[in-house]
Amino acid sequence: MNIAEKILAFASGKDEVKPGEIIDAKVDMAMVNEITGPLAIQAFKEIGTPKVWDRNRVVMVLDHQVPADSVKSAELHKIMRAFAKEQEIPFFYDVGYGGVCHQVMVEKGHVCPGELVVGADSHTCTYGAVGAFATGIGSTEMAGVFATGTIWLKVPSTIKVNITGKFQRFVTPKDVILYVIGKVGADGANYRAVEFTGPSIGNVSVSGRMTLCNMTVEMGAKTGLISPDKVTLEYIKDVTDKQFKILASDENASYEREVEVNLEKLGPQVACPHSVDNVKPVKDVEGTQIDQAFIGSCTNGRLEDLELAAKFLYGKKIAKNVRLIISPASQDVYMQALKRGLFEVFLKAGALVCNPTCGACFGGHMGLLAPGEVCVSASNRNFIGRMGSPEAKVYLASPATVAASAVAGKIVDPSTLGEA
Amino acid sequence: MKVSGKAVVYGDDVNTDVIIPSKFLTLLDPTELSKHAMEGIDPKFVEKAKNGVVLVAAKNFGCGSSREQAPLALKYAGVKCVVADSFARIFYRNAINIGLPVLECPDASSQIEEGDLLSINLDEGLIVNETNKRVIKATKLPGFILEILQDGGLIAHIKKKGGKIRDL
Repeated sequence: MNIAEKILAFASGKDEVKPGEIIDAKVDMAMVNEITGPLAIQAFKEIGTPKVWDRNRVVMVLDHQVPADSVKSAELHKIMRAFAKEQEIPFFYDVGYGGVCHQVMVEKGHVCPGELVVGADSHTCTYGAVGAFATGIGSTEMAGVFATGTIWLKVPSTIKVNITGKFQRFVTPKDVILYVIGKVGADGANYRAVEFTGPSIGNVSVSGRMTLCNMTVEMGAKTGLISPDKVTLEYIKDVTDKQFKILASDENASYEREVEVNLEKLGPQVACPHSVDNVKPVKDVEGTQIDQAFIGSCTNGRLEDLELAAKFLYGKKIAKNVRLIISPASQDVYMQALKRGLFEVFLKAGALVCNPTCGACFGGHMGLLAPGEVCVSASNRNFIGRMGSPEAKVYLASPATVAASAVAGKIVDPSTLGEA
Repeated sequence: MKVSGKAVVYGDDVNTDVIIPSKFLTLLDPTELSKHAMEGIDPKFVEKAKNGVVLVAAKNFGCGSSREQAPLALKYAGVKCVVADSFARIFYRNAINIGLPVLECPDASSQIEEGDLLSINLDEGLIVNETNKRVIKATKLPGFILEILQDGGLIAHIKKKGGKIRDL
């Protein structure tokens, strides 16, 4: 079996599962944020079960509209706070304590290898970075999980992404996943799992692995995941002392298909408006004028991303008529970036550093686009209207491409530039 | 279960950001939400749907975020069933859980045109296009999913089952 099948077999108490089979599985961890949580809470109350199945397995995070940008958002936050209190949920991350939910889930050690995790947010698939099977669900489904601790799932078939070769200069895991989405298509991994493997995966940090797994949902995947290895275990031992079971793909595991990525030949990539699979090499769109640049989100708001951006911003000024918005993915990332002096680099360059939030990425607040504007963004979606006006355009790229483009005032290929 | 209505047709990859744009996600009342259904791509949708319609789409309907507000907005705007060549998985599950029938039908977009009158038999997985008299085969829903839909959604279903989702 491959890792996805092994985790689902373990979670459903079976020796073996096969793609297409419907199983009833025990959930290890369940996460809600303030956009999906209130509906889940409402549905849970309708079921009438007084307490969640296991309060130590529920994580609640305020992240989409933080701090509250309207009275309505504040009301959603209030509903979340009240539920966390009533249910005595120990892992409730209020304003100022957590950050973007997926970053919080991993860095606070709420996810371990081999676990089945569900989250009421589509980018829950991020946690496959540490060898878990994690998938996004809706609010009512989450109410069912709160009440029963179980979920029905169809065992997915798996697409294997084999990564070989060495990363070229200023080419990042973001470029890898954009390239794969371009090849597979926006629905090419629908209902499927996507497993990243190959000789080069050992050189990708947990941060980079989170970027890879995070965007598998943009090709329809149920989850993205990576068999745990030395990199995973080194990371996990620093964030949690929870017990877990290491489940990894067998050598003879079966896959629906394989996709090859040769890093020796991969340059920086960009997803052009208005779909995530409209992927081109950055050099094909070089010179496109931009109004806004954004670095942040569950996709690219980690320390590694901010450090990479700083290489292009150190001692430089952002182009006139361009604004660069940087939002670290969590309070922890914020603190680390602060200690390392990254904010000084960003502020001197003329960037605006915001608090951790999903704000700009999901078009909620803190940096919306006007009609006709163009944004180059290290986030995950470029749908019509995603980051503001339906008449704005969004190009998705790596933090290196975004930072280099912010300085140039137009989209540029970072691999052709020197470091600042 | 049977539903019928006139078809309102869209293309590929209709995502949840256009079904219900992010700025409306703070609305908890489904009737309020429904006033903005499909606003991202079709400002006339609410008017078209108000007397009950079948929403027909090509591939990957409902891709993007996990927001359950998307199927909720459609249901309360008057959509009786969504028929698509294929669905994104979270939307598909969300629709079933809130009691909005969904039917995967690989020939939907090629056999149905805007305004066609459709009669749908969910139990059999069959769509009759009354306008051109064609019968279109859809993927039959598994029994337990039909049962959730018949119960009106997951919450009513769990209550009926005494706190369980499926009989094990």
